[in-house]
Amino acid sequence: MADLGTERQALLEIRGLDKRFPGVQALDAVDFTLRAGEIHALLGENGAGKSTLIKTLTGVYQRDGGVIRLDGVEIAPRDVADAQRLQIGTVYQEVNLLPNLSVAENLFLGRQPLRYGLVDVRLMRQRAVDILKGYGLPEVDPAASLGGYSVAIQQVIAIARAVDLSAKVLILDEPTASLDHQEVEMLFKVMRDLKGRGIGIIFITHFLDQVYAVSDRITVLRNGKLVGERVSATLPRLDLVAMMLGRALTDEGARMSHDRPIGVGAPVVGFTNYGKQRYLHNFDLEVRAGEVVGVVGLLGSGRTETAKLMFGVERADSGAVAVAGQPVRLRSPRDAVQLGFGYCPEDRKMEGIVGDLSVRENIILALQARRGWLRPLRRSEQEEIAQRFISLLHILTPDADRPIQFLSGGNQQKALLARWLATDPRFLILDEPTRGIDVGAHAEIIRLIDRLCAEGMAMVVISSELEEIVAYSHRVLVMRDHRQVGALAGGDVTVDRIMTTIAANDGSAKNAG
Amino acid sequence: MRVNLPAIVKRLSGVKHLPQFGGLGLVLLVDWLVSPQFFDLRMQGGRLFGSLIDVLNRGAPVALLSLGMTLVIATGGIDLSVGAVIAIAGATAATLVDAGVPVVLVGGLALAVGLTCGLWNGLLVSVLQIQPIVATLILMVAGRGVAQLITKGEIVTFVNPQLAAIASGSFLGLPMPVLIACGLLGLTLALVRATALGLMIEAVGINRRSSAFAGINTRVVIMLVYVWSGLCAAVAGLVLAADIKGADANNAGLWMELDAILSVVIGGTSLLGGRFSVTMAVVGALIIQAMNTGILLSGFKPEFNLIVKSVVVLVILFVQSPALKGLRRGAVVRGIVR
Repeated sequence: MADLGTERQALLEIRGLDKRFPGVQALDAVDFTLRAGEIHALLGENGAGKSTLIKTLTGVYQRDGGVIRLDGVEIAPRDVADAQRLQIGTVYQEVNLLPNLSVAENLFLGRQPLRYGLVDVRLMRQRAVDILKGYGLPEVDPAASLGGYSVAIQQVIAIARAVDLSAKVLILDEPTASLDHQEVEMLFKVMRDLKGRGIGIIFITHFLDQVYAVSDRITVLRNGKLVGERVSATLPRLDLVAMMLGRALTDEGARMSHDRPIGVGAPVVGFTNYGKQRYLHNFDLEVRAGEVVGVVGLLGSGRTETAKLMFGVERADSGAVAVAGQPVRLRSPRDAVQLGFGYCPEDRKMEGIVGDLSVRENIILALQARRGWLRPLRRSEQEEIAQRFISLLHILTPDADRPIQFLSGGNQQKALLARWLATDPRFLILDEPTRGIDVGAHAEIIRLIDRLCAEGMAMVVISSELEEIVAYSHRVLVMRDHRQVGALAGGDVTVDRIMTTIAANDGSAKNAG
Repeated sequence: MRVNLPAIVKRLSGVKHLPQFGGLGLVLLVDWLVSPQFFDLRMQGGRLFGSLIDVLNRGAPVALLSLGMTLVIATGGIDLSVGAVIAIAGATAATLVDAGVPVVLVGGLALAVGLTCGLWNGLLVSVLQIQPIVATLILMVAGRGVAQLITKGEIVTFVNPQLAAIASGSFLGLPMPVLIACGLLGLTLALVRATALGLMIEAVGINRRSSAFAGINTRVVIMLVYVWSGLCAAVAGLVLAADIKGADANNAGLWMELDAILSVVIGGTSLLGGRFSVTMAVVGALIIQAMNTGILLSGFKPEFNLIVKSVVVLVILFVQSPALKGLRRGAVVRGIVR
């Protein structure tokens, strides 16, 4: 459209927004502008501040500084209901409606049309039909329970409710994450219709294809700061990836990071045609002793899924695993531990530490699990192991018997590494090992990865810190849309090459699956 | 003489399990006040008698239940079926002994029935992943029916003196139920603390996902605690059947699961799972029984029993309330970050 470039009346203006949490500046003087009749993509990696921005906008959080103006009037939503009154509606990835109520009831919940003090069911259903027609859903039965419909239709109904409630600003938080291709198209059509009616839409997604398919403008956040606002049509994909990852393309071209010989050690673990339907496309990977394989990709590209398949958290439905050349069974994390695998998950709190247990107990947990409950480690053995790793990895704790939840993130991470090192593993999978930890611990963990590698450990490391990955990886696998789209080795392992591979726009990949 | 109260408080607060021992002491003190001969003991026919022995003897069945219940609750679960398992085990024992089956075999079969009940609960919770409160509710309801089927709806009485001796016998001056409870306490402690099972139970109760990721067989751990709970309930069922020399499918162990849960909670094990203490659960059972006995001795109506008990529960839940804990630590921040 011609008027895209010109300055239209701003519908929503956010200026200098600040939000602090203890120890974190979640939003740092962020500006954001939404115009009427515009679909505006809000992008950023984990911890960029997208959800904090949305939650501050919808009154879930109260801001610490800055102004929010809607139609030129300053607003300060106290809670979600207040935001709705101000005509800011939100639809989340998980539909936040009531599946066992009818479609009509969901649309009119809390504001059902009344007659003689009772709900006028007939009028309510008629109005529901009218509304849904406007969204291209004439065949939806307003009396049927919502849960019977697909997630996509539920999404549209959630959008219909939000728009009917408040028709100025609509926030769609990853609405397409669990939809298939046709459903996404249906949703996009609805979004374009709403845009035509002058509604401003904030669209959050991880799928770059969708950003380009539907959005007019793009705002990128990183680490709580605004990186920039661009017009989608004139922003090259590569530049967008560079904005999101916070790396400018260097002019040096292919820059050799490490002169490590590849394929020296014996193969430790091999995955062949390994995958799971609707989870991760089949992949091949062989990791050798003393080799670090990096896995990169944008958020939601299948990085963590790769780790979970390799550790047996999710069961693969195709392919085979071999350890030291022998085929093995890998159906559960327990199998993985018995095979000598270790896994430091991305979600340290929910999947890693056992919060109320002491540092000592957390460190010996995997070793004890592998020995079985009938062969307990003596208390003195436990203390010896814990002390050894506390001093080896410089875990800062007053004593080994302090509950691990009171340690800092970096020290928890080191204790988790200790948990696996205590089992003397042959293959370690580290998912975002340096996320959310302080600078000192960060450097120590990177040094540790180097040292373990020199000692002959086979490792897979997932990270969104590209320079970090480049620094220690012999090979790098690039993920996109839940599949492996590239493998770089040797001199090709550079930040530039990784970014161009992530941004490459080959439509063939989608059809092949 | 001047008493340095702050210093005493400070020293006491360092004592582990102070609330439990303090609570027991307090209840016993009240018992002594309402009945001055409370601590009197006398020997009669090779067995000790007195109110204190009574508390131990009457408290044994709930103490037995609390052993298994502690482990179940430590995994974040609950076992509502123990009362019904008492009825089933009692019915099995009484019916079999009347049919002329040797007493040793009768005991073994009653325990096997308890194990089977535990296995059923464990299957529902760990394999089928049904919420523990619902899963064990099934056996709580159905179990009484099973017990009535075994007794054919009647109260089955028996005269076998060997079976009756489980309740009425004594050794070294102590009643048999007390000795049985002590023995099973020792066995339970050996099971969880001499092996790594206790650590695994706690880990599963605190964070099942992390535990599974560390390689713990969480299903087997959860299965085991329900099996143990079933076994403990069967032992309690034998004691109670022996006590009345009969099996009453309708009333044996009725509501006793609630006392067992209460004992565990008084013993400081959180219903959310995690850290547990079997011994303190037994102390909890004794606190409950000491209250019961005290109210009986005081001459108050037994109705007060229920009210006093509920007040105690309320106080304990207040003490364990996360909101109150949060206030104490001033850690309201955590709620926001989450």
